[in-house]
Amino acid sequence: MIAGLSLAFDIAFAHLRRRKRQTAVSILGVALGVGFFIGMSALMQGFQTFFVSKIIDVAPHVTVKDEFRKARRQGAEIAFPTGAVEVSGVKPLDEIRGIRGAKSMMSDLSGAGGIEAAPTLRGQIILRFGTKDVAASALGIEPARERRVTNLESDLVAGRLDDLVTTANGIILGSGIAEKLGAKPGDGLIALSPAGVTLRVKVVGVFRTGIVSLDNFECYLLLRRVQALLGRPNVVNQVRLKLDDATKAAEVAGLIEGRYGYRSEGWEELNRNVLGVFVIQHGIMYSTIGAILIVAAFGIFNIISTVVHEKARDIAILRAIGFEEGDIRAVFLIEGATIGLVGSLLGWGVGYGICRALAAVRFEVESFVRLQSFVLHETPTQYVVGAALALVAATFAAFLPARKAARSRPVDVLRGAA
Amino acid sequence: MSRALEARGLRRVLPGEVPVTLIDGIDVGFDAGEFVAVTGPSGSGKSSLLYLLGLLDQPSEGDVSIAGRSTCGLDSATLAGIRLERLGFVFQFHFLLPEFTVLENVAIPMRRKGEWNSAACEARARALLEDIGLGDQLAKYPEQLSGGQRQRVAIARALANDPSIVLADEPTGNLDSRNAALVFDIFGKLARERGKTVIVVTHDPALAAKTDRVLRIVDGRVAVAEA
Repeated sequence: MIAGLSLAFDIAFAHLRRRKRQTAVSILGVALGVGFFIGMSALMQGFQTFFVSKIIDVAPHVTVKDEFRKARRQGAEIAFPTGAVEVSGVKPLDEIRGIRGAKSMMSDLSGAGGIEAAPTLRGQIILRFGTKDVAASALGIEPARERRVTNLESDLVAGRLDDLVTTANGIILGSGIAEKLGAKPGDGLIALSPAGVTLRVKVVGVFRTGIVSLDNFECYLLLRRVQALLGRPNVVNQVRLKLDDATKAAEVAGLIEGRYGYRSEGWEELNRNVLGVFVIQHGIMYSTIGAILIVAAFGIFNIISTVVHEKARDIAILRAIGFEEGDIRAVFLIEGATIGLVGSLLGWGVGYGICRALAAVRFEVESFVRLQSFVLHETPTQYVVGAALALVAATFAAFLPARKAARSRPVDVLRGAA
Repeated sequence: MSRALEARGLRRVLPGEVPVTLIDGIDVGFDAGEFVAVTGPSGSGKSSLLYLLGLLDQPSEGDVSIAGRSTCGLDSATLAGIRLERLGFVFQFHFLLPEFTVLENVAIPMRRKGEWNSAACEARARALLEDIGLGDQLAKYPEQLSGGQRQRVAIARALANDPSIVLADEPTGNLDSRNAALVFDIFGKLARERGKTVIVVTHDPALAAKTDRVLRIVDGRVAVAEA
């Protein structure tokens, strides 16, 4: 069988060498399919990992809010635990006073290990600079704790986090807000709250995370200032957590919610809308690549069908000489697989080239995140998967004509080929 | 002692709306070292008989046995194995693979059999080609040879695995008389000197006369079996 196989290889390669141009076109088709697969997956995975790591870095992993998902158990239900009691029309209670016992919650959580917690009061304010008004989400933070929970400090493009403490009424603006207002560090703004409080604040820093929704709408002040501004002294309405293992966010959020009752959201839940888009992106990518590979497979089917047709005499004599059906099938499967293999190797080159070309492109885009260039994430898996898909497609495309060749009856050809 | 090749009650009917009977009951046997011509008008079934004897086609009824071994009901892979080891074929068209040299073409059946390593295959192929006077054409491709040379290469290929039986279907059909005579001389030598059973389908009476025996087929039956 080994001897027969090397012979099958020789015959297959001889066929392909004879039809150089068609073989080259087929190989090119496969190479483009594999190349685009690699390029596109690097692009998408790059964007997704970039975005996810941004989310994980910038925002807290888990946010505990002063809201409840479910209404509390009602008195009637508690009084008759075994009875058939249903209380309809119950509204979740709004705890406008914020999270009760936030301090003890934070010390509990910090004691659990692997978790850092920071208290926050978040509220809507309006920032006024000269004649310009910009609505913003003000976050009251304690810099010492905030530092352990988010990467705000490393995202500062101007100023330092400690300036909040050292400057009276300091504020750190998102870069988008700063641009809209035309404010720069050192400028004095007026902050207005829905509670009717007005506060003169001084810009001490500007941050740029790259995530547009943060840069354009958030600003940071000391917790005490926001409490004063919103008229809610000693209130904390969010506890923000950072975990050593970000992938456990959903699990930890569930535990916290079960224990304290407050709505807790992991970063996956907070960004569900965006992560959902990724699924659609994947679907689009794989159907596009699938289409390219199907076209390439048709090319292979075409060339091998042609060879089978042209080589009817050769097939007949080989069968007469004593080649089995399997030997004939092997010849044409080898041809398909060879096109797939060479195409894949070439496709690796094409994919690498596409990645380099994409990496060189520069642009300015603001969607979920601010991007100046494509973020590419290349992994060996993409190369392997691309090649594997191409090999399977090529071999499958060769299978039908190969089977036809193997089943042809030599007598029909020998008789008529005078 | 069993005969080299024997057919019993051979019938071959092409199925269809109007079934066509190609071979209509043939009993015939061939011995080792025998050189036999199969003749008959065109459409008489002489090629069909050869394909049945060569296990390329399966009879509707009857049986072909080779060296006493029945081939009835064997699967296609087993039949291919018997063809590879026991039978050599020459057709009117040479059927050489155009992508391979003369030497490689002759070596292909040996490589398929896998009994010898590639050096031994090559040496054997070279010897076979030298035997029929093509020792200086080894590296050429079939398209570079004349018709007579190609047909001799095809004969060398038929002999590659030293078969006991050589079957030829109009092997001189495309050749001039000089080359045709040359081919028949080679077949005669194979039978007389190497003890092979050589069965040649031909419509040329002059060539048929060079054989030991003429089997005349008319309408799918043996008409005259000359001694």
